[in-house]
Amino acid sequence: MSWQRKVLRVDLTKGSHAVEPLNMDWAEQYMGERGLGTKYLMENMDPKADPMGPDNVLIFATGPLTGTMASTSGRYAVLCKGPLTGAIACSNSGGKFGAELKFAGYDLLIVEGRSSKPVYLHIVDDTVEILPADEIWGTTVWHTEAHLKAKHQNPQLKIASIGEAGEQGVRYACVVNDLHRAAGRSGVGAVMGSKNLKAVACHGTVGVRVDDPKRFMAAVKETNKLLAESEGRKGLTELGTNAMIDMMQEWGGLPTRNFNEVQFEGTDKINPGAMMETRRNGHRNLITNKACFGCTIACGRIAHIDKDHFTIVNRPEYRHASGGLEYETAYAFGPVVGVDDIDALTFAGYMMNEHGMDPISFGATLAAAMELYETGAITIDDTDGVPLNFGNAEALTVMAEKTGKGEGFGKVLGLGSKLMCEKYGHPEFSMTVKGQEFAGYDSRALQGMGLGYATSNRGACHLKHDVFGEDMEDVSGNGKAKPVKESQDRVAAVDSTGLCLFTTAAWGIPEFAKLVDAACEGDWDEARLLESGERTWNLERQFNLAAGLTKADDTLPKRMLDVPAPSGNGKGKVNELGKMLPEYYAERGWTPDGVPTNETLARLGL
Amino acid sequence: MQKSLLIDPDKCTSCLQCEMACSFEHEGAFNPAKSRIKIFEFEHGKRAIPYTCTQCAEAWCMHACPVEAITKNATTGAMEVDEDICVGCKVCTIACPFGTVNYNQDTGKVIKCDLCGGDPQCAEACPTGAIVYVDADWTGYERMKQWAVKTDSQLAG
Repeated sequence: MSWQRKVLRVDLTKGSHAVEPLNMDWAEQYMGERGLGTKYLMENMDPKADPMGPDNVLIFATGPLTGTMASTSGRYAVLCKGPLTGAIACSNSGGKFGAELKFAGYDLLIVEGRSSKPVYLHIVDDTVEILPADEIWGTTVWHTEAHLKAKHQNPQLKIASIGEAGEQGVRYACVVNDLHRAAGRSGVGAVMGSKNLKAVACHGTVGVRVDDPKRFMAAVKETNKLLAESEGRKGLTELGTNAMIDMMQEWGGLPTRNFNEVQFEGTDKINPGAMMETRRNGHRNLITNKACFGCTIACGRIAHIDKDHFTIVNRPEYRHASGGLEYETAYAFGPVVGVDDIDALTFAGYMMNEHGMDPISFGATLAAAMELYETGAITIDDTDGVPLNFGNAEALTVMAEKTGKGEGFGKVLGLGSKLMCEKYGHPEFSMTVKGQEFAGYDSRALQGMGLGYATSNRGACHLKHDVFGEDMEDVSGNGKAKPVKESQDRVAAVDSTGLCLFTTAAWGIPEFAKLVDAACEGDWDEARLLESGERTWNLERQFNLAAGLTKADDTLPKRMLDVPAPSGNGKGKVNELGKMLPEYYAERGWTPDGVPTNETLARLGL
Repeated sequence: MQKSLLIDPDKCTSCLQCEMACSFEHEGAFNPAKSRIKIFEFEHGKRAIPYTCTQCAEAWCMHACPVEAITKNATTGAMEVDEDICVGCKVCTIACPFGTVNYNQDTGKVIKCDLCGGDPQCAEACPTGAIVYVDADWTGYERMKQWAVKTDSQLAG
């Protein structure tokens, strides 16, 4: 149990759907969510397919613990070949949609083909309908959710949808669920848009059962207690992820003005303290914290914008609360573009959620555009009359909206940083790996982070490894390959359970093993979880190799490799990728060209 | 001593641990669609309100039931539905002014909060103290105390 043992397959070209049994051999090898989704993707498409064509396959995958009482059990992943990178894309999300899909009785939803007209899926348990989306195509995520709940007279529908950004192929468009939770990275929303699929609206009444309920509830109680008592959890609850902005500022790893600097003078205006401070006319940015499904951490922030702020003074429709700043949005609308106006940052966040875009990629792309502008590679004639200077809060908010709606220079920003910088002849301004923009960590002050960025299978990403401890012990490439490799496998295992990575504030693999073992048939010990994670990592690598990526794509921008960091703990240093990468390949059991050896593949049953 | 569920919406994060605990206790499955307690979210999650049966002493549902399937548990004070007697006529769902008695089409019976026989699992599961189980005669105790503290600081101040 715990798996529903059912997969819903929808063919949008034919307008048909079918339910098939879950392949239990694969479930036992890959668990669920990220791992199992990767296996299904590999088996259902040609990795060489055009990411925006009908042969790309879009998978919504839950894990065995999704929809259970284990803390943070709301997660699901969206997988496909990514349009930003040409590599495998796998983005996970919280909120309530993932658990609802599981409650309707499905482990996975596989979407194939392309509809000739805009459609949405309506799923209530066994009833599956492909319905015309004419009324919602061209509208926002927020409108789509409200419209579908009203239309179906079902306020309990949970909805995952794309905004105009996904419809128009913004290469970092995301899939948003429950208003402000998102499968954010790698452009999975653009792929959904390319299929003319506007939304998946789901309500489930079947529920989820576990294999050994008594043992499972004991494990839930024990692991919840660990979380409740952990200092890391407490920090996430009280301050949110944005507590990181002060840590990175102090460390000197906070990417500022397109990574030309690593510390930002304005952090005090956009950090958790600023969010909680009562300011002019009694306004306080932060209202409360909020949990995703099943989550006992509740790191999410609910905020609002000062009604007199320039972004909304004439737009009463935005005078309501919504998702507030988290660390990555604070970084991407703050230091990296040089802006310190907390209401402007919050408004930009609204735009990302409402129109369906990844804030990290948008912010880092805007930062590159600002460098193009300040160096004269583009002028005000290119940017719709908006001066794109670093620090211009109005440029941030105007461009966020234009990109979401596909207007003017927003269309260029929607290409992503790599293609945009190539278009204007300055590829060196693009802070990307495999075409995906960096998250809010500088890889000169955090060396292992750089190796993680370079080798992440979905392009630059901070969520596929975890070596903060090692990086802060020693700012060099020494001894980083092993912990990067091991944490990548560990994270892949955690992602495949259907729980949130933030539980690792208090839990290690033994806790996950305890929960999975009680919930699922068979024996799941730590070694099996870790092996499953390593198998997933290698399968993702195989997808990328088959898609045509090579060792040459496991690299960092010249700015990280050749230009020393100007201040902080990485001062005078560059990233030592050249030293770390061969060690990493060896740790992985890959050839010096980054290809898994036959021995490694055989060991993992690949 | 009877106890009551005391709900503080300000503490609710909308995690739905309560809905899962409730459905697990009554249905053996994690299934919020069958939960006796519901969380309602307003304004993009700005507020979240847990809502369930308050166990009226002169319960509308109990008086409306034509087959006397709803009776008061003398120990817990909960109005309980006897599924063997319930005929699924749904009159109680109409009678309840708060909407907390609902029909379950899978069983053909109605479901409502029964305080889990005196050990409500929603309160047990709530990670923030938004749902607690306290002396039925003193649900206002903590709120009184908070105001008393304010008064004290004003007098002292």
